[in-house]
Amino acid sequence: MIAIVDYGAGNLASVVKALRAAGAEPRVVTDPSGLSDADGIVIPGVGHFDATRGLDASWRSAIRAHIDRGVPLLGICLGVQWLYAGSDEAPGLEGLGIFEGRAFRLTGDVKVPHVGWNTIAPVAESPLLTGVAAGAAVYFTHSYAAPAGAGTIATTEHGQTFAAIVERGNVAGMQFHPEKSGAAGLTLLRNWVSRAL
Amino acid sequence: MLCKRLIACLDVRDGRVVKGTNFVSLRDAGDPAELAARYDAEGIDEVVVLDVSATIEGRRALARTIESAASRLFIPLTVGGGVRTLDDAAALFDAGADKISVNSAALADPGLITRIAARYGSQAVIVAIDAKNGAVHGRSGSSDTGREAEAWAREAWERGAGEILLTSIDRDGTRAGFDTALTRLVSRAVQIPVIASGGAGEPAHFLDVFTTGEADAALAASVFHFSEHAVSDLKRFLAGSGLPIREC
Repeated sequence: MIAIVDYGAGNLASVVKALRAAGAEPRVVTDPSGLSDADGIVIPGVGHFDATRGLDASWRSAIRAHIDRGVPLLGICLGVQWLYAGSDEAPGLEGLGIFEGRAFRLTGDVKVPHVGWNTIAPVAESPLLTGVAAGAAVYFTHSYAAPAGAGTIATTEHGQTFAAIVERGNVAGMQFHPEKSGAAGLTLLRNWVSRAL
Repeated sequence: MLCKRLIACLDVRDGRVVKGTNFVSLRDAGDPAELAARYDAEGIDEVVVLDVSATIEGRRALARTIESAASRLFIPLTVGGGVRTLDDAAALFDAGADKISVNSAALADPGLITRIAARYGSQAVIVAIDAKNGAVHGRSGSSDTGREAEAWAREAWERGAGEILLTSIDRDGTRAGFDTALTRLVSRAVQIPVIASGGAGEPAHFLDVFTTGEADAALAASVFHFSEHAVSDLKRFLAGSGLPIREC
């Protein structure tokens, strides 16, 4: 069973549907106790970083305990930003700190938010990327992003380079929406799910 | 590099696609779910389902239509037409919509934009603007609302809209090309993506609205309906012209 953490940040229907298509048996959980029998955990999320307030102390300790036990975890969009130290969008809030650095606001001679299909460039080898063509496009919708650095396995360019896919041990994250990214997105999800099951 | 998006629009009435298609490969060309899946396979970047039902029964059919279409689609799905309240929007999100498009209801009650954005995020709210000579017209009535498209787009953005769907009423159905001047005006007025609509007839029109018009995406209905390879042929043309396009 793959647990999808529902902390009130947006609509989870697409994530549920795509995980099912990727071979998983997803279940939306609204309480940390729902994680107890999870083979994998997905932290989705859209919108303002302030929404991660919903990931309170009880969620934090439960999620951390599962990570320490080796349960695969996947953060999507806002969910991956929460795996960093925090975000400039809500400086008072702390992320989980699995990855170093903070999410920053995209700048440059481009429109922000960054909305639409953009290409990902692999920068490290990982089984997560198996079957995904170099230069494949995936669907983004966000204004903040995490810096490329340790743990970054693919980057994307929009005004500047940022981390598109990250991985450290059993913790992974995607800044885009694999559930909305067509065949490339389903391949990425299937790769992650096959590790969890 | 961020790709220019091609979006197929399906006008749906009482659960059926209004303008049929010539796709011989489809068992039922009037089934929105089958047509949406066909477009996905062809390489379309997004699908918009626009409900043009005039009756309450027709509106009720919409949620089932969306559920059916969404079950087979792993690209963004937008639903518009007749969304008046947050509850209307909630029912469509629950059915599987990723984004909601609001038009007349937002003109009557601009706070609706903010309310939907607060609950589902700005990325889930598209404000559709129908413009004639730069002036905003209500979808149902042909009345001039007294607003300028550029100013209304900016207000919608400030109120929390994530994208603008800009339709030129003057060009709609003419196949004479998009209104590139209006599109550029609106695109420069906001930081959010602008989807150009109305007037698509040939590949050069798309190139024109993406370059001169500075559109982030282009939406069409009939030009995609008429041939089996319209989307892939168009993508090849645009990529060959040097635009960033998603390859499938």
